[in-house]
Amino acid sequence: MEGSKCSVTLSVNGTSYTREVEARLLLVHFLRDELGLTGTHVGCDTSQCGACTVLLDRKAVKSCTVLAVQADGCEVTTIEGLGRIDKLHPLQEGFWEKHGLQCGFCTPGVIMTAAGLLDENPHPTEEEIREGLEGVICRCTGYQNIVRAIQYAADRTHQAEPEPVVEVAASAPTGAQDSLRQEGEDA
Amino acid sequence: MIPQAFAYRRASSVAEAIAILQEDSGAKLLAGGHSLLPLMKMRLANPATLVDISGVKELRGIQRVGDEMVIGALTTHAEVAKHPLIRTHLPALAEAAARIGDLQVRNRGTIGGNLAHADPSSDLPAVAIAYDARLTVMGPAGRDVLAAEDFFLGPMVTALPDGQVISSVAVPIPASNTRSAYVKCPHPASGYAVVGVAAAVAVSADGTVEHARISVTGAADCAYRARQVEEALVGKTASLETVHEAAQYAAEDGWIGSDVYASEEYRRHLCCVYTKRVLQKVLL
Ligand SMILES: Cc1cc2nc3c(=O)[nH]c(=O)nc-3n(C[C@H](O)[C@H](O)[C@H](O)COP(=O)(O)OP(=O)(O)OC[C@H]3O[C@@H](n4cnc5c(N)ncnc54)[C@H](O)[C@@H]3O)c2cc1C
Ligand code: FES
Ligand code: FES
Repeated sequence: MEGSKCSVTLSVNGTSYTREVEARLLLVHFLRDELGLTGTHVGCDTSQCGACTVLLDRKAVKSCTVLAVQADGCEVTTIEGLGRIDKLHPLQEGFWEKHGLQCGFCTPGVIMTAAGLLDENPHPTEEEIREGLEGVICRCTGYQNIVRAIQYAADRTHQAEPEPVVEVAASAPTGAQDSLRQEGEDA
Repeated sequence: MIPQAFAYRRASSVAEAIAILQEDSGAKLLAGGHSLLPLMKMRLANPATLVDISGVKELRGIQRVGDEMVIGALTTHAEVAKHPLIRTHLPALAEAAARIGDLQVRNRGTIGGNLAHADPSSDLPAVAIAYDARLTVMGPAGRDVLAAEDFFLGPMVTALPDGQVISSVAVPIPASNTRSAYVKCPHPASGYAVVGVAAAVAVSADGTVEHARISVTGAADCAYRARQVEEALVGKTASLETVHEAAQYAAEDGWIGSDVYASEEYRRHLCCVYTKRVLQKVLL
């Protein structure tokens, strides 16, 4: 059967891309094969390992279980867009400092999952971190140092928070995620 | 793995989605894609056309309407789990949604897709039955309302007529003397319910069980109402003894099955254990 081609426009790590793609193209293959962003990995066929996790409109999702066409008009952040080599993201720093990886295959997905978690819950308990990691599988570390790395990042982000953050928190929500978070906090 | 090729259509309204389903008998709705895409990647489902309804605004949102919470079909599990009114009035639904799969799955999967897919191990069918939820469905002939209790007919088989769209799920807010909860034995790999039990139970001021709705998922070919447990509760004093007595009937109203993970005998046992746990939570 002839697959239909569709035009998609999405922003990846701040750059907008428009491409003609087959409807069946998965977001992970779009990122890896169309854009050459091979930091996002594929570790399974069953939507379970989380190695493919990216942020889609600031929420952690498994990019192997999203069609590229479903991401039309959305903002995607991959591991390549999280920090810079000269200025690592606190999570990347945490994984470095706390030895949060061994082979590194799961790491991009784990970091992006943690980024989604910390965005919604900047100060998670250890239990919340472990629950947040349910959707990622690491065959090497035993998770202990991953948890420490995420705790490190949460502490760092907290410490590094400049004064204006208080103002930001007090001002009107700026996005869907914020309104969701506010509802949660009201509960 | 890569799905078989298909045509992709984006619907901007429920009416448009219904029209596409009418003209193309090989078309299937796509919501969060977290049940359908895994099947398509395995080539266990090969729809000729996908109708993406994720942009249909009228299917979004959570509202209180009178004595009901009305939840749009496209509401994600994460949104359900966090919503303050759902946490207050429908704690079993919030608990169940919060424990679906994992963080990433909850960010994509929707309540409408979960119920429509009717996986026998899904969490939400049990909660929908225990809360006596109603599904509003829209088709070429207009709207209809289906009770959750009558909706699940078998593994991935529902009472939803072909070509229709679930638009929302209305859940009556239980009376103030009702307590509700959901507990599950999750499959260690997938998180799906090996057995999950939802209970909504009202107790009168003198400690008598006035009303009980119990539903079990995971154990049988589809979620079912555990009527014999309900009968063993109503009129009795809320006590540990009553809980133990009633819980032994937990597997009696479903077609309990075996698979590689759990035998029929083990699942029957889990039905009783988890019914006991959920009843202890709401009654004691
Ligand atoms: C790794 C993993 C773990 C999971 N764990 C759990 C778990 O523990 N518990 C659990 O309950 N679920 C679990 N799920 C399933 C998840 O909850 C799905 O998101 C949900 O079952 C389907 O919702 P969806 O929006 O993704 O639907 P889709 O996959 O888009 O659609 C599913 C089916 O429903 C139909 N459909 C969708 N929306 C509508 C509508 N509005 N009206 C009519 N038909 C519609 C589609 O045509 C399709 O046939 C898991 C999924 C994954 C990938
Ligand atoms: S590749 Fe394993 S979950 Fe996406
Ligand atoms: S570090 Fe090797 S799989 Fe996680």
